[in-house]
Amino acid sequence: MNKEELAAQRAEQWREELRKSKKAKERTDIPRVKMKELDPAYRVTNREEVNCGLTPEQAVLEATRCLDCVEPLCMTGCPVGINIPKFIKNIERGDFREAARTLKETSALPAVCGRVCPQERQCESKCFYLQKLKKEPIAIGYLERFAADYEQASGEVALPDMKPDNGIKIAVVGSGPCGLSFAGDMAKLGYRVTVFEALHEIGGVLKYGIPEFRLPNRIVDVEIDSLRRMGVEFMTDCIVGKTLSYDDLHEMGFKGIMVASGAGLPRFMNIPGENLNGVMSSNEYLTRVNLMDAANPESDTPVYKGHRVAVIGGGNTAMDSVRTARRLGADRAMIVYRRSEAEMPARQEEVHHAKQEGVEFLTLHNPIEYIGDERGRVRQMKLQKMELGEPDASGRRSPVPIPGAIETIDVDEVIVSVGVSPNPLVPNAIEGLEVTPKGTIVVNADTLQSALPDIYAGGDIVRGGATVILAMGDGRRAAAAMHEALQKQQRSA
Amino acid sequence: MNKIVAKEHFSEKVVKLVVEAPLIARARKAGHFVIVRVGEKGERIPLTIAEADTQAGTITLVVQAVGKSSAKLCALNPGDYITDVVGPLGKATHIEHFGTVVCCGGGVGCAPLLPIVEAMKAAGNRVITVLAARTKELIILEEQMRKYSDEVIVMTDDGSYGHKGLVTQGVEEVIKREKVDLCVTIGPAVMMKFVALLTEKYHIPTVASLNTIMVDGTGMCGACRITVGGKTRFVCIDGPEFDAHQVDFDEMLMRLSSYKDVE
Repeated sequence: MNKEELAAQRAEQWREELRKSKKAKERTDIPRVKMKELDPAYRVTNREEVNCGLTPEQAVLEATRCLDCVEPLCMTGCPVGINIPKFIKNIERGDFREAARTLKETSALPAVCGRVCPQERQCESKCFYLQKLKKEPIAIGYLERFAADYEQASGEVALPDMKPDNGIKIAVVGSGPCGLSFAGDMAKLGYRVTVFEALHEIGGVLKYGIPEFRLPNRIVDVEIDSLRRMGVEFMTDCIVGKTLSYDDLHEMGFKGIMVASGAGLPRFMNIPGENLNGVMSSNEYLTRVNLMDAANPESDTPVYKGHRVAVIGGGNTAMDSVRTARRLGADRAMIVYRRSEAEMPARQEEVHHAKQEGVEFLTLHNPIEYIGDERGRVRQMKLQKMELGEPDASGRRSPVPIPGAIETIDVDEVIVSVGVSPNPLVPNAIEGLEVTPKGTIVVNADTLQSALPDIYAGGDIVRGGATVILAMGDGRRAAAAMHEALQKQQRSA
Repeated sequence: MNKIVAKEHFSEKVVKLVVEAPLIARARKAGHFVIVRVGEKGERIPLTIAEADTQAGTITLVVQAVGKSSAKLCALNPGDYITDVVGPLGKATHIEHFGTVVCCGGGVGCAPLLPIVEAMKAAGNRVITVLAARTKELIILEEQMRKYSDEVIVMTDDGSYGHKGLVTQGVEEVIKREKVDLCVTIGPAVMMKFVALLTEKYHIPTVASLNTIMVDGTGMCGACRITVGGKTRFVCIDGPEFDAHQVDFDEMLMRLSSYKDVE
């Protein structure tokens, strides 16, 4: 959306009136809303969503804080370019549905983003309140979630405006956040979109990775259902590169292919004892619990329920794993991280919630060996204590081992959450794709087009490991670029 | 959902299922496997493809009821549907003209061995197949194996059929008798371990097809990791076939028992 359009919308009569209805001082005096959370002692006994959402009164009051800036800086922090003032002002005037519709103009998954985006580093970090007034920013993420949830709960989920069917078939590989956001944008533009998913469920990392207590599956399913109603077709149990080849897709008449196959092989640290039973990747652990419902006695998939669980790593996936372990009955659930808390990549909220739930943080500790029993089960881990040294390539102070400072801790389950490599299936299967030594697909930075003109790619298969919202942003950009390229082709044909 | 079109009992616990899966039937090669899930609460389990019929659009799976999930699958009948079948997964067997190839299978491992025997023969190899099982009724697919093999040797632990003895005895007999260029082994991990030890002694290149615990089967979870030549490898993506002399079978055996207490 360009500046003129934004200004024109801001100049609409209702927005003018709303702005004038209160003095700026009245607005800025309102304290930032606090979202209700489940009590930590209660929530570790189940998998109910921790954050309870805002009431309509809370949402309207929080929306009233927003000053409806002439130049909304918040928007510069949003990877998908949501029209933030417009949706917030709709909440203030009580038109929650219109707020939800505004979100849908740019985001295929607003109820998801409202929950899992790191707003504190994106939109909210740019907010006028924080930047100029040195006050807490508008709770944009909470408001986004409120509007999307309100619409979902109403049972009448509006579809965005759709262009007429243009008959052109587009294939999407993977149904995670990147694939879904791409599919939504292309469907809006009139394309016939089919999404191919390797697993038996639609949603990718939103289903297998992010736990129910942070993002309930029913929330994801409503968003997927909206895409279905927009005409997007889904084919589960189908692996592009294995079940169907690149040539097959051409034979089936697909004119463009979006590869959004996500993260793949988990990284391990290559230390002694890492293949012991009870040591696993966070991907395995979370997939068992989330996708396969392994903690449910009725599920056929087993999962360890460790009593002393160590999770190695400091990212969101590590927090998801350690909080899952608490819910599965771990008495001692530990984060083991080689740097200090200040360098942790996880969202503050996740760290805060984990601490509330009794998770121990062993920062400046790094595992160097796992010790098993005679049956090959992990029983102990050796930890090397670290201190912070000079900044490394990432700009963070690098951890340096303290000579001789080694301790041994009893554990019966270890979850390794130190990152993933891109999924190798598609790069291995399609000849002519340019791939980096790390296994990511090389694309044009602006258009996300790969070395093969009809293949675009985005999300973790390009970035190696990023966030839901960056993946969604890729989906949007690729859709815009592919649309433009296909239109050009048609004009010249 | 994939329909079961035919079922045959090889023995009380070993069942052959012919399943509708046209896309997989068309794409699969010797060595490939599928991931199967039975029921909405079902577990994802890997099974190697035994045969495929591209015209009928079917694949054949041979399943032994050992745990809850395989028992559920074995209990299905023609007309029933398998909730999910996805594949073909893994790398296909490397087939070329090696010379003389000994293919040895133990128990239900003979099923995934069949397409390899067929492909090795088609590539012009002299193929000697060694089939082994505890007892006569557990020897499977003998007739089909004979079709593609220059010779079939049957070994039973109890001597109820063929020669009495272990698979390794059958293989060693061939090695002592003639020059063997390659050995392919599929069966229980412990059997493959001893085949590998035997052929290593005689310096015969050997390929083992491994069946480990998997969750997604598409290179995501890492449950299937094993150590090959001192390095961690993933069976679903890097395998399922590896140089048998480099595989740490003891670790693999330990990892296979991972969920024994939990299940």
